Amino acid sequence: MEPAENRPPVLRFDHVNVSFEGVEALRDLTFEAREGESRVILGAAGSGKTVLLKTALGLARPDSGSVFVFGRDISRMAEHELFEIRSRIGMLFQESALFDSMSIEDNVAYPLLNQKSIHCPSDEVHARVAQALEFVELGRTLEKFPSELSGGMRRRAAIARAVVTEPPLVLYDSPTAGLDPITAHTIIALLIKERDTSRTTTLMVTHRYQDGNLIANFRYNSKQGTIEPASHADVPTARTTFMVLKEGRLIFEGDQDLLEASQDVYISKFVKPRE
Amino acid sequence: MLDLLKQPILSIQEFCFLAGRAFRNIFRTPHYPDDIALQMDTIGVGSLLIVVIVGFFSGAVMALQMYHALATYGQVGKTGQLVSITLVRELGPVLTAVMVAGRNASGIASELGSMKVTEQIDAMRALGTDPLQKLVTPRLIATGVMLPLLVVIGDFVGIFGGWVISHFVLALPSKQYWSTAWRALDGMDVCEGLLKPFLFAIVIALIGCFYGLRTTGGTQGVGRATTQAMVMATVLVFILDLVVTKIFVSQAA
Repeated sequence: MEPAENRPPVLRFDHVNVSFEGVEALRDLTFEAREGESRVILGAAGSGKTVLLKTALGLARPDSGSVFVFGRDISRMAEHELFEIRSRIGMLFQESALFDSMSIEDNVAYPLLNQKSIHCPSDEVHARVAQALEFVELGRTLEKFPSELSGGMRRRAAIARAVVTEPPLVLYDSPTAGLDPITAHTIIALLIKERDTSRTTTLMVTHRYQDGNLIANFRYNSKQGTIEPASHADVPTARTTFMVLKEGRLIFEGDQDLLEASQDVYISKFVKPRE
Repeated sequence: MLDLLKQPILSIQEFCFLAGRAFRNIFRTPHYPDDIALQMDTIGVGSLLIVVIVGFFSGAVMALQMYHALATYGQVGKTGQLVSITLVRELGPVLTAVMVAGRNASGIASELGSMKVTEQIDAMRALGTDPLQKLVTPRLIATGVMLPLLVVIGDFVGIFGGWVISHFVLALPSKQYWSTAWRALDGMDVCEGLLKPFLFAIVIALIGCFYGLRTTGGTQGVGRATTQAMVMATVLVFILDLVVTKIFVSQAA
């Protein structure tokens, strides 16, 4: 696989401004995520992290600037045109956002049945749903409803729903928020597994530095089915870039060494240097 | 002053957009028959008991009141006529709509509001569905079909309630009650009695969806949206009732 720098950008923000009811949520945001790259977005509550992901999906509209997804400008697209683009993006919402009225099976089957550009034969739906749930180690919960699952299990079911269509770009909004450290670790391990088995471009919003550290330095070992520290040989192919948002502005973009070297007071609040 | 007016006018504009798109979606694919059936069950079958109870007692109390008023003029024989006209033209549609507004405008607002604050509406859009098509249009269709049916049932049970009082308490002849009740109604009354619930249904469903979908501010916001939807739907039912009644009265004159 060629180095990340030479691959085409999957997602590109070009001087994007987003505001809600007069409050600026994103200010002049410019960055690009290349194919196969992982991006970890850090920032305090209200710094615009979630808005960034929603803008990438076309759920929030920029006031000015452009958002390019898979090379197409989505900032002026009509809602029905966006469905095709959205079918190629997986999204994990902050509180999982599973549909309460549907069983886990129906929840995970939802994108397969409703995304117009996903043509999944109806007799394959069940198998793919079972496979996606198996991937997140929730094989026995098909009949259950979201309210019957624990927070960590709901998060895993939501990951299954986000990746069941095998999207090349996956966005995770605070995947570990509100979870205990052990569950949080298993969730991040799932993210790494998804990234490394499907070679997806990954954007993860978080306020926990250790999540970003795992994403940047661990790889999925498909033989043993566990994650392990990455060897230096495969670092260039799956580059992880850190971004720090402060009040809607991008105040840092770079790799982990650069982030840990930063003297900025705001940045050092999030960063706990590796021992 | 202008700033004070800005917010309500913006809300009305948003409501009109929502209404326009909800109606347009009736003629667009995809359709969600399962959701329509489910909503018909919740709104129609779910409201049946309360509509029957309210209908029965309002008819019964009407018969009692009318009997005493008519007794002054020696016209007690017209009790059935008055009960049926009042119920079919006015009380049936309004009382049923108020019941359904209380049950369902608030129910719709709280369900959609919870979905909004837990990002399920965003998830729906992200997963390739138009929330208006999937959530609003089925509720609009279901209420539009079920409310007139509930009113027909409510009216009949009300007239029956009037008969129970007339026969067992006031000792009026049954045949007289039923024949005056039946003969009092003409085509226009039935028309008015069915048009009203149809319009009320549109208001109830759309107001419930509107307040639900604009919910912000977590669970507290859901509570607020629920109350606002119920109050607004009820108020609009009464205003609309006056407008429709005025049109029919002018027509008759």
